[in-house]
Parts: sequence; C-alpha cells; structure tokens
Amino acid sequence: MSAVNLISAESIKLFSTRSPWWCNLLAMALPVGFATAAVLSWPTDLPISVTEVQLGYQFGMMLVLVMAALAVTTEYRFGTMRTTFQAVPGRTPVLLAKTVLVAGVAGLVGLVAALGSLGVASLLHPVSELGLGTAHELRAVLGVAPVFVFSAVIAVAVGLLVRQSAGALAILLVWPMLVEPLVSVIPTVGEPVQQWMPFMAADHFLRGASSMIADPVLSPAASLAYFGVVAVGLLAVALVVARRRDA
Amino acid sequence: MTLLAVERIKLFSTRSPWWCMVVAVGLTVGFTALMSGFANEQGTVTVGFTQFSYQFGLMVLMVMAVLAVTTEYRFGTIRTTFQTAPNRAAVLTAKALLVAVLAGVVALVAAFLSFGVSDLLATNSDLSLSGADTWRNVAGTGLVAFFAAVLSVAVGILLRQSAAAVTVVLVWPLLVEPLVALIPRIGQDIQAWMPFVAAHQFLFGGQPDSAEAAMMMGMSEVPYGPWAGIAYFGAISVGLFVVALITASRRDA
Amino acid sequence: MIEVEHLTKRYGRTVAVDDLSFSVRPGRVTGFLGPNGAGKSTTMRMILGLDRPTSGAVRIDGKPYRELDRPLTRVGALLDAKWVHPNRSARAHLRWMARTNRLPNRRVDEVLETVGLSGVADRRAGGFSLGMSQRLGIAAALLGDPEILMFDEPVNGLDPEGILWIRQIMQRLASEGRTVLVSSHLLSEMAQTAEELVVIGRGKLIRQCGTAQFVDEASGATIRVRSPQVERLRGALHQQGIEVRDEVVDESPTLVVVGTSSERVGEIAAAQGVVLHELSIQRGSLEQAFLQLTNEAVEYHAHNGATTGNEGTDR
Repeated sequence: MSAVNLISAESIKLFSTRSPWWCNLLAMALPVGFATAAVLSWPTDLPISVTEVQLGYQFGMMLVLVMAALAVTTEYRFGTMRTTFQAVPGRTPVLLAKTVLVAGVAGLVGLVAALGSLGVASLLHPVSELGLGTAHELRAVLGVAPVFVFSAVIAVAVGLLVRQSAGALAILLVWPMLVEPLVSVIPTVGEPVQQWMPFMAADHFLRGASSMIADPVLSPAASLAYFGVVAVGLLAVALVVARRRDA
Repeated sequence: MTLLAVERIKLFSTRSPWWCMVVAVGLTVGFTALMSGFANEQGTVTVGFTQFSYQFGLMVLMVMAVLAVTTEYRFGTIRTTFQTAPNRAAVLTAKALLVAVLAGVVALVAAFLSFGVSDLLATNSDLSLSGADTWRNVAGTGLVAFFAAVLSVAVGILLRQSAAAVTVVLVWPLLVEPLVALIPRIGQDIQAWMPFVAAHQFLFGGQPDSAEAAMMMGMSEVPYGPWAGIAYFGAISVGLFVVALITASRRDA
Repeated sequence: MIEVEHLTKRYGRTVAVDDLSFSVRPGRVTGFLGPNGAGKSTTMRMILGLDRPTSGAVRIDGKPYRELDRPLTRVGALLDAKWVHPNRSARAHLRWMARTNRLPNRRVDEVLETVGLSGVADRRAGGFSLGMSQRLGIAAALLGDPEILMFDEPVNGLDPEGILWIRQIMQRLASEGRTVLVSSHLLSEMAQTAEELVVIGRGKLIRQCGTAQFVDEASGATIRVRSPQVERLRGALHQQGIEVRDEVVDESPTLVVVGTSSERVGEIAAAQGVVLHELSIQRGSLEQAFLQLTNEAVEYHAHNGATTGNEGTDR
C-alpha cells in the first residue's frame, strides 16, 4: 500500500465533509482577528511586539485540536473506520497517513494564521517595524506551524484512544486551557511541574520569556522538541491500541 | 412535573451523565487535595484556596449539560420528545431545569468535599465556614453551576451538534474571556463584562484571596460587587436560554 | 474460498461465537443463517479482520485477511449500509475507498453505474433512502471486483423491488464463479437465494449442507396419499409398522405418511390392489425446518433480559 495513495485517500475524506473546512477557516481567522483587535487598540506611536501580535495563536490551536480529533472520532461515529480498516487491514499505515495529512494541514493553517497576523499588524501599525529578523521573531511567527503540527498529532492520538467526539474534545480543550495553567497554583511543586506540561512547553517555545513558565530548564528549541516527543509518544501508544482493539 | 420526571428518566438511563458527574467531583476534589496537601507546610490554606479548582467541575458539568441536548438531536430522540409533548418550550425548560439543578447539586458536593478534604489535609491552617462571604464562596459554586448549565443547554439547543457546542462552552470561558483582557487598553474593560468573569467575581470578589483568584482568570478590577456579578451571569444565561427556546419552537425539529 | 476454523469470540463472560468451523466455496450463494443474536455479524467482522477472535482463525484463500495485499480486490463486503459519513457524497465515499487500494477512479463510475446510482452520485449519502444506501454499500463491495463477496442481512427493510434486485445481483455474482456469503435470519429469503446453508445458533454451528438437504433432514419429508379406499390402505401401512396421520384435503380423505419413501407406499398399495388418486412428496417449509433445528440453540432474549450477541447493537 503506497503512502501516497493512503494520504490521498485520507485527503478525499477530510475535504469531502464540511466541518474540517469550518475548523480550518476559523483556525486561521480567529488569530488574525485577535491580532487586528490588538493592533487597533494599541497606541499608534508605541511599537507592538511580535509576541503580542501572535497571542491569538491559542484560538487557532484549539480549533486545530478540534479539527484533528474530529477527523478520527467522526470515522468511529459513522462506522467508516471499519470500512477503512477493511480496506487497509494493517491499520497502522492508514492511521499514519491520516496523521500526516491532518498534521500537515494543521501546519499550513498555523503558517497562514501566523503570517496573516503579522501581515495585518504590519499594515495597520507601520511604526512597529514587525519582521522576521531576529531568532525570537522567527520562532514566534514561523514556530506556530510546528506547534500546530504536533498539536494535531496529539489530537489524533487522543481521538484514537477515546473514539468519541465529546469526550475527546473535552479532554483536548480542558487539558491545555485549564489543567496546565492551573497546575502552577499548587504550592511548591506546581511551578517546577508546569514547565513539563506539553502545551506550556509549546508556549515557551513560541513566546520565550513572556510565557507562563517561571524558571525554564529547557531552551525554547528544546521545549519544542519536548512537545514533539510527547506528541509522537502518545501517537505510538494510540497506534498500538488501535491495532489490537476490535474495530 | 411529568415533564421533569420524563427528562429525569432520559438523563439517568444513559451512561455519560453519570461519568460526567463522577469526573466533575473527582477532578475538583482531587486537584484541591493536591493543592492543600502541598500548601499545608506554609499554613496558607484559605477557604477561597479550597475552591480555586471549581472550574474543573464546572467545565465537566457544562459538557454534561450540552450533551443532554445534543445527544437527543444526534439520535433523533428530540423528534420523539417533541412528538410526545408538542409544547417544545415546556419540554426544554423541564430539561434545562433538571440538568441545572443536578449540576448545582454536584457542584455543591464537590465544593463541600473540597473544603472538607482541605480541612483534613491542611492541619496547619485554621479553616472554618463562618460568615456570609465564606458561605458565598463555597455554596455559591452551586449557583454558578446552575446558571452555567442553563447556558450550556441553551448553546446545545442552538447548535444541535455535540462537537461544536462542546467546543464553544469550553473555549469561551477558558480562552476567550482570559485572552480578551490582553487586548491593549480596551481589553480589561470588555473582560469585566464577560459572563464567567462575573461568576468568578461572585465567588471570590471581596474575599481575602480575591487577588490570587483574579489572577487565575487573568482578571483585573471589576466595577461591580459579587451579588451583582451572579445577577448578571444569571441574566445572561436565562436570556440566552430564552433565545434558544424561541429558536427551537420556530425551527423544524 | 473462506475457511473458518474453530472460531471463538468472547465478550467478557458472554460467548458470541463458540468454536465455529465452516467453509464457503466459490460459484454458489452460501446462506449464513441464524436467528438474531446468533453471532453472524460478529463472525463476519472476524472474517474481515475487524474484530480479533478470542481463539481460532479465518483464512481467505489460505491467508488471514490482515495479510492480504489490496484486500478490496480479494474480498468485498457490505456489513452495514449506514457506515457512510452522512455529509459525504456517494462518489467521494467510493473514491477514497478506491484510492486506498490503488483502484482507478474509473472503477468508481463503473460500480455506480452497476448499482444504478450514477444520477445521485454527487448527493450527500445522508439523504439516501435505505434502498439507495444498500445500493451504495453493494457498489463499495464490488469496487475491487473481488472474488469473494459478503453481505450481512442485505434485504433487511427493503421494499419488494429492492429485495428482487439484491437477489438477482447475488445470483449473478455467484454465476460468475465468485464466492458469495449472505447472512439472514429469514429462511424464506435463503430458500430463494442460497444453494448451500451454514446454519448457526448461539454462536455454534448447527449444520452446513445444501438447502434442499437441510429441509429434507430437518422437517422429515412426508408423503401425501389420496385414495377412495383409505381404510384398507391405512390397515396395510399399519401392518408394516408405518406411521400414518389423517387429513382432509379438498373434502376428500387423505393420509399423511411419515418416515418412509413414496416408492414403498406405492408398492404396498399395489400389493393390496388399492386405487390411488394421489401419491406425492411434501417438502416441509424451510421455516419449519429451521425452527426445529435451531430450537435449542435459539437465544431467548425475553428470558435473558439483555442481548448477549452483538447483532443489531450499535457499538
């Protein structure tokens, strides 16, 4: 079974229903909208930084998580996962193809969202001289793409493990938005533990010193690597489970 | 009354509400236990501190409330429901009431268990339930969960689709409301009038640890008192529910 | 050729399929018969590698399903016509399936034509009637032009026209030399389509044989005799120890003879010089035969409360 065929089959699936389109459009529009709002309300004579412009990436990330999880859970809901496994009984190749496609789309969406935010901000706020000159700026903008890629991988994995839209979405939204930020409230251990939370690590990669992490052990680049390792590890677990389980 | 009884049967004859309730209490109390356990040494555990994790339970209860409606649409049972009781507003109100009361009770259980477990673990701190403000902080979570459930039922009715409705009720309070504050100049003024910020103000406003609690929501000063906060939150949730009722009555089932 | 060997599937303490062995040969329609909850769907899912057997194995032309290269070209199956995304068009559904097994898009158009869905191929499958969904499912099964085809309760809920169409297509597929396995809980349906039967109850094999043989054995063929000299014939048969029952057909007295051949009855009558107006073999209805054979194996849902098999449960 060639990889190209499987990815192409998955892309027919993904793009022949409406919800992925909606999720992806919103995932691009919301961050750009947030950037627009931020820039418009920023004092015209003070420069705004790339970090502030890119803050809305979190909206995009949530929608990417939703899109990627639904790509799996709707297949379980409508029974097409069985048809899929009937066509590719090895299961792992087709699930990998799905992950590659969904993650690739997520990466593109992230790139468009980030560049769109930057573009809108530079147009509306010429004083700021926003660009991709420094390493920090490069990370804050182009880094959104790999963060979205790994987020999608995590969402596919959770979708495979939970197999149920509402459950998977509840986990995928509550975890990064509530559990990870709230961990720091725990005295003594909260802050050291928090930086090992995957989405916090991703945030640290993108925003560096402005992230929520108090005393980072990892460098921003290492944080991204860590996020990727968590994502791929979770996917590996999900693939093993999906292979063993009754479809 | 019959409508309430019918909705009760429907809700409790499927598994997901049970799961949601268990997880709501477990997460809230578990997280509080973790917090209080580690905070014991410093002896800084306050009543407000024992309630910081109410959002865990709240989010799960909102998911439960959404699913109570959207699963009916998914399985087509909403048609059967409307067939057996053509007054849609009455049926949906019964459903909302039931789910909201249930959410309120579960939140209360979680709140008092959180307090209790902290009282046990934080031996160095002097915790007691005295004074109206303290009671508002603990028992108030029930009221917040009640209105949050009404709000969620409304979102469920309007969107009719689990994935979309769950996304909205989670992303709104957890991401939209905190991030709004980060819009320069106007952000914090807008945020003050966000519904879940108002609910938060009801629980923690004027409490000894209100500053720390406000940080969790990324909140700054709010220009109204705690009771105005819950009134505002309640008004928004009931208002949205009325909109949902009108929509559902007009629309094809 | 499908070979099922000692297949067992347990869900917790419930045994859905119990040491089941049978084989399905090419060139004919084989009926997979059993009451609801007997384990037919579970067995079919295991044949397709979707569910893991607790023990035992299934081989498709000598190999497990999971080891087949481009399996859609070897086995086509319709297990549930509703396994389609409701917002996806029929064509898109078939196109992604075709792509996974490197089948040309041309095949999609061909099978849509075969099942008569070309006109509605770009409509969303969620809006299809049951009959149309069933046709789409059959199109999906035919996509890889496979040698082996499996259909799970394909006529359920269809109108007479749809039922006829399904029967014809199954017979056509078998006449092309393919292996066709069709499940049903309706015996009358199997009598019309299947040449061979695999009968199961409570997950166990009851019988595998030809449809006609199954009926003969199960109901015990009876012989109907009409004669103006009924009393004399009855006496003669009794003397030979043959069991006889009285019946009245069209106002004329009739004997129903059990447990012997028509030849023997004729010889006895001739020896006695009895005039016969009718001497005929009566085949029992398939329905009767089935009930008789599966009686002890039938699952009594009413007594169990919960369904123990998986059929029909939406998991």
